[in-house]
Amino acid sequence: MKVVLRNPRREVEMPGPLTVAALLEQLHVSPESVLVIQGDTLVTRDARLSDTDVVEIRPVTSGGAE
Amino acid sequence: MKCRVCRAPAVLDIRRHNAAFCREHFVKHCRDQVRRAIDDHDMISPGERVLVAVSGGKDSLALWDLLVGLGYEADGLYLGLGIDEYSAVSGRAARTFAGERGLRLREVDLALEYGYDVPGAAATTHRSPCGACGLSKRHVFNSVAVEDGYDVVATGHNLDDEAAVLLGNVLRWETGYLGRQHPILPASPGFARKVKPLYRLGERETAAYCVLVGIDYQVEECPMAEGNRHLGYKGALNALEDRSPGAKAAFVFGFVDHAHDRFADEAVAERDDLHPCVVCGSPTTSDVCAFCRLRERVGSRAVHAQ
Repeated sequence: MKVVLRNPRREVEMPGPLTVAALLEQLHVSPESVLVIQGDTLVTRDARLSDTDVVEIRPVTSGGAE
Repeated sequence: MKCRVCRAPAVLDIRRHNAAFCREHFVKHCRDQVRRAIDDHDMISPGERVLVAVSGGKDSLALWDLLVGLGYEADGLYLGLGIDEYSAVSGRAARTFAGERGLRLREVDLALEYGYDVPGAAATTHRSPCGACGLSKRHVFNSVAVEDGYDVVATGHNLDDEAAVLLGNVLRWETGYLGRQHPILPASPGFARKVKPLYRLGERETAAYCVLVGIDYQVEECPMAEGNRHLGYKGALNALEDRSPGAKAAFVFGFVDHAHDRFADEAVAERDDLHPCVVCGSPTTSDVCAFCRLRERVGSRAVHAQ
């Protein structure tokens, strides 16, 4: 599957099928710090992603409050 | 996963609530949390004019949308920080949001109004850009609210922001800051009331709210915030949350309910020391307020450089 990452924007290929939780674990991404978007909808961590899916892992952490 | 309310397929799971929600019930969850925050702390009364501090990011646009949805009269104020493409995209997001909904967005540009921008201030003062940015925002949002008769300034600080700030304040036992860290800061001479109606929602929830209701926000992180202390605290707190869901909420809500009052006297004492800045008239504990000192320092450097 094609996985779109941000900050900086880049794409990586990951073999499917995988659950969202397993994908995040393999990429060492905290589930608390991202949304996972498949097409135009959000998916929960038990959702299964196939080899042909395109998913965006969108960070939600904003900084700056010093 | 199924929605906790209606058993339809869920779009978001929230581990600290041990729950997942479909789109409809997630949006209701967000509204309920904001409603509860406002009611618990008497943040906004019916008929009051609200000024929303708008950055173009997920939190401020979600907040503006939620406040308007709850029936409040809320204008936005966007502050142009001069951070190149990041500011350009953020400003467009704020204008598009307001334009599509027929809301009033006011704009102040730091460079045009005050003669400096955040990158320039950081370079001149050798201080954190986030420090100059925060100082500028606090001053401008408060000044506009006081001068134009808004009853309250609403900011998009969420649960993660509050947890990270609290962790930083506790690590250094910043008792004055702890006394001022609260979902509501009452109005005082020269200061508008300030409220944080999103403090019960995590930033994953505010981002999800934007995606699900179709708010196009600035997704990229501010390039000047990279590597700052606040982000480090958030990373540490998320590691705790992964192992112990609910840790951040327990930390923040526990502080608000059980510990804040222990530091409130410090904030009152600081407020009693305030008098008008000799330059701009804003309340300060010095002769010249921190904002005017920053302006003077950056402005004089700019002149020297010419």
